[in-house]
Amino acid sequence: MAGGVTATAALPRAAARRRARRGAATPWLLVAPSCLVLIVLFLTPIGYVLLLSVTDPNVSLGHYVRIVTVPLYSRVMVNTFLTSLIVTGLCLVLGFPVAYVMARRRGWITTLLVTIVAMSFWTGFLVRTYAWLVILGNKGPVAAAYAALGLGSPPRLLFTSFSSTLGMTHILLPYMILALYAVMKKIDPSYLKAAASLGARPGAAFRSVFLPLSLPGVVNGCLLVFVVCLGFFVTPVLLGTPRDMMISQLINQQIEELLAWGFASAVAVVLLAATGILLTIYNRFAGLDRLWG
Amino acid sequence: MGAAYLKLTGLVKSYDGRTNAVDGIDLDVARGEFVTLLGPSGSGKTTTLMMIAGFEEPTRGSIELDGEDLGRRKPYERNIGVVFQSYALFPHMTVAKNVAFPLRMRRFPAARQASRVREILDLVELGSFADKYPRELSGGQQQRVALARGLVFNPDVLLLDEPLGALDKSLREQMQVELKRIHREVGVTMLYVTHDQTEAMTMSDRIAVFNGGALEQVAPPLEVYHRPRTRFVGEFIGDSNFFSGRRDGERPGLVLLDGIGAHRVARAAWDEIAGSTVDVLIRPERIQLAGEGDEARLPNRVSMKVGVIVNYGDSVLVIGETDGHPLRMRIAGAQPDAIREGATVTVGWGPADAHLIRRD
Repeated sequence: MAGGVTATAALPRAAARRRARRGAATPWLLVAPSCLVLIVLFLTPIGYVLLLSVTDPNVSLGHYVRIVTVPLYSRVMVNTFLTSLIVTGLCLVLGFPVAYVMARRRGWITTLLVTIVAMSFWTGFLVRTYAWLVILGNKGPVAAAYAALGLGSPPRLLFTSFSSTLGMTHILLPYMILALYAVMKKIDPSYLKAAASLGARPGAAFRSVFLPLSLPGVVNGCLLVFVVCLGFFVTPVLLGTPRDMMISQLINQQIEELLAWGFASAVAVVLLAATGILLTIYNRFAGLDRLWG
Repeated sequence: MGAAYLKLTGLVKSYDGRTNAVDGIDLDVARGEFVTLLGPSGSGKTTTLMMIAGFEEPTRGSIELDGEDLGRRKPYERNIGVVFQSYALFPHMTVAKNVAFPLRMRRFPAARQASRVREILDLVELGSFADKYPRELSGGQQQRVALARGLVFNPDVLLLDEPLGALDKSLREQMQVELKRIHREVGVTMLYVTHDQTEAMTMSDRIAVFNGGALEQVAPPLEVYHRPRTRFVGEFIGDSNFFSGRRDGERPGLVLLDGIGAHRVARAAWDEIAGSTVDVLIRPERIQLAGEGDEARLPNRVSMKVGVIVNYGDSVLVIGETDGHPLRMRIAGAQPDAIREGATVTVGWGPADAHLIRRD
């Protein structure tokens, strides 16, 4: 901006002013279409949901009080957070070694892993959810394996919190791996060489050099997975049990079955607020622009 | 030179099994010596350094330190410090934490760590930067931290891989003096890799000149400069004029330069060379303007057609030719009146100014 002003200093004043004005307006013109889309399709409905949550059927904060005080609903909240925590933890534990190998090794194994991760990343999650229905179903390979080993029929796998956690972990794992990989890839290998030359055994070098440097990736990955998990709908519906309902299932149930728009809106606002708080904390400590590596 | 402290014997490294990146290096380094591995990029000097550090495994040959074979020891089991070209300072640790890292790995008591870190930071004159992070330091300061970190645990050998490569010229010169001072004060054996001949000349006790994976010459800087063992060394280090010629078997002390004619060299140098064909090196600063009456002092004389004149202020480089042979002359001080572009001048040099290299 400053460069533009100096460059035009020699021009007649009016022209310079005209140009400066156009220069200032251009960025706004560029973002105008997307701003419009956001306002019409995103902010307006959210505002409407906010409004509904305190006005439908009458003006009160009653819905929010119910969410906190009725055990059925507060249990859904707690369950959603716990499930998200477990899925995030599982993704981290499973994803870290994969990302580590991808970032540190050269050659075919890296290519293979990147291909697998990218493919599952791009395969629709509905498809992958249905795949679990087949795998864990009555006629699936798990049941067949049990039968072949003469163990009778397997324990009930489908429509449990086990299968829904499994499905969500599987679906979100690529997000975690890619978030970790993006950061690990940038860790200069000479740091680890330096650590070795300074007397650090591989374990110590990993703990005191690689791990701390990969922490931003851990934070990014956990945040991504956790936030997506909070609002997960299809997979818990298809693979899980209504007893371990997630927030979005509750919202769906309230609208579809009970037409309780006001209460559903209040639950949605809680979900939105939780996500917003998490992102705010992240932004405070790391900066949101770093979330995508 | 005393007994070998670090001893490389028949060291070979091949990455693909066909070509050798390092092709049979024999090198003895005395305790406390500063040896520079000098050569163009790809000549195997860094690979040699990485094998000493333990990051690369030799294909053949051995590395001994103080009589002990290092071959089976992992990098973290060798007591060898490395300063990397990129410094490789841990970005998530302060200067003090970086420097304390090797002490922490060796489980030094905390109090001794702190005092040793302070001591070594004072040595590199960064005492007040202990709590800064690497990204808050300039390139030169980061360089000193890397040096401090490589020295703090009293390594048997300190390896430096082009450590000044990323610094600008004046800082580089400053750091050369600094490194030399630190070497003197600490007395640690240093192996220094560079492709910069000035660095090699100013800092080393000895220079090992690499070419194509092999050693061309290992000698003190002035010997490498004045008495290069091969034409490659003579051309790589310093400015040079090379002529090919034959020793005149009939007349001792005379060499017939191709296209120039008879040429008088020192008798001792003439006797030293066996064989007939030779390369003759004359450094540009040994060539001077020749006048009437100094034939005895400058018996070798040619007429030089002046092409380009490069004035450095403290000296003048004259680039020209004699009978189609390129010729470079460097004159100390101001530019003489006789030297003008396009002029033809008589220049000469004494018998002792030529160095003979046997050609096979």
